[in-house]
Amino acid sequence: MKRAFPILAVLTGVLLSYAMYQALVVAPTEQTMGDVQRIFYYHVPSAWTAFILFAINFVASIVYLIRRNAKADMLALVTAEVGVVFCTVNLVTGPIWARPVWGIWWTWDLRLTLTLVLWLIYVSYIVLRRFSSSGQTPLLAAVLAVFGALDVPLVYFSIWFFRTQHPQPVIGGGGSLDPRMWHALLINWLAFSCFGALVCWSRYRLEVLRRDFDETLALEALLEPRSSKARSS
Amino acid sequence: MSSVAGLTRATLAKDLRLEWRSKDAINSMLFFSLLVVVIFSFSFDPTAEESRRIAGGLVWVAFLFAAVVALNQTWAREMRNQVLDAYRVSPAPPNALFLAKVIGNFIFVTVLQALMTPLFIVFYNLRALGPAYQLPIVAALGTWALVVNGTFFAAMSLRTRSREIMLPLLLFPISIPALLAMVEATGAILTGEFSARFWIVLLAAYDVVFTIASLFLFGLVLQAE
Repeated sequence: MKRAFPILAVLTGVLLSYAMYQALVVAPTEQTMGDVQRIFYYHVPSAWTAFILFAINFVASIVYLIRRNAKADMLALVTAEVGVVFCTVNLVTGPIWARPVWGIWWTWDLRLTLTLVLWLIYVSYIVLRRFSSSGQTPLLAAVLAVFGALDVPLVYFSIWFFRTQHPQPVIGGGGSLDPRMWHALLINWLAFSCFGALVCWSRYRLEVLRRDFDETLALEALLEPRSSKARSS
Repeated sequence: MSSVAGLTRATLAKDLRLEWRSKDAINSMLFFSLLVVVIFSFSFDPTAEESRRIAGGLVWVAFLFAAVVALNQTWAREMRNQVLDAYRVSPAPPNALFLAKVIGNFIFVTVLQALMTPLFIVFYNLRALGPAYQLPIVAALGTWALVVNGTFFAAMSLRTRSREIMLPLLLFPISIPALLAMVEATGAILTGEFSARFWIVLLAAYDVVFTIASLFLFGLVLQAE
C-alpha cells in the first residue's frame, strides 16, 4: 500500500502536466471569450472534484454514525478539508473569469450561490472540528455533515426559485462544447481528481500519525506519572 | 408515547415557569431586537415604498439575532448542578427534552415577534399590500425553522470551546435556505408583487426535514461523551 503512494504521485504529476498542455495549447481558443476561457479547464474540474469529496464526506459520516469507525471519521475530516480547498479554487477562479466575460465579479446565480453555500457549510464543519474537545468531535462532526447534506436540495430549490423571481444576467448554459475542449476538460478533471486523492492520502497519513502520537503521549503520561513530573520540574 | 408527551409537558412547564419568574430570555431578546430596529432605521432612513421592499430582510435579521440570544441560554440552565448529566443517566427519552426546549424557544420567539411587530409597523410605516393572513403562517414556519435547528446546534455547541460563538457559526450556514424563504415570503406579502406560496411550501419542507433529522440524531448528541 505504501509503495502505491509514489506511483500515484508520479501519475498525478504526469497527468497534470499533460492536462495543462491540453488546456493551454491543444484546446482551441473560444470564439467570443478568447484565451480567458481557458480558465474553464481549471474552474470546472476543481468544482467537480470538490463535489465528489463532499459526497465522500457525507458517506463517510453516515458510516461513522452507524459503525463508529475511526477510519471513516478520518476520511470524513480529510475529504472535507481538501474539498474546501478545491471549492475555494473554484470560487476564486470564477470571478477572475466572470469579470472580463460578463463584466461583473459576482452574481447570485444558481450555481455560484450553491457553491458558496456549500463552501460556508463545510467551513463551519471544519470550525466545529477545531473547536470541539477531542472525544466528541467525530460524532458532532458527522451529525453536522448529515445536516449539511440535507440542506443542499433545499438550498438548490430556494435559489432556483429566487432566480426565476428576480431576473438576472443569463450565464453560460446552452451551446455545445468542441470535442477537443471536452477532451481537455475531462483530462483536467482526471488530473485534478488524482491530485485530490493524493493530497487526501497524505493528509490521511498525517492524521494517523498525529493520532498515534497523541495516544502515545497520553499513554506515557499514564504509565510514568513520576518521571513526567520530574521532567517538567 | 404518553411518557414522551408527559415529560415534554413537564419540562416545558418548568422552563416557562422559570422564564416567567426571571424573564431573562425575553427581556434580552426584546432589548436586542429594539436596538437592531433603531440602528437599521438610522442607517437606511427608508421611505414607505422602499421600506416595504427591505422590511422582510430587516425583520428577519433582527429576529434571527435575537433568537440566537435566547438559544444560547437554552441549555446553560441545565448545565448548572449537572442537571443534564442527571437527565442522561435517567431512562427518560432524549426527544422529550429536545421537544420541550424547541417548543419553549418557539414560544419565546413568538412572544417577541408579537411585541416587536407594532414597533416595526410604526418605525417603517408598514402596510401589507398582499394577503396579510399569510404573515402569521410565514412567521410560525420561519420561527420553527430557526428554533428547531438552533436548539439542536446549541446542544451540539455545549461540547465545544467558546460555545456562544459556535452557535451562530453552525446555525447560519444551514439556515440560509430558510432565511431566504422567510425574507422573500415576507417581502412578497408586503409588496403584493409576487405570490408567497412557493416560499411557504419550501419553509414547511425545511421544517419537516430538519425536525425529523433532529429527532433522529438528538439522542446521539445528548449522549456524546
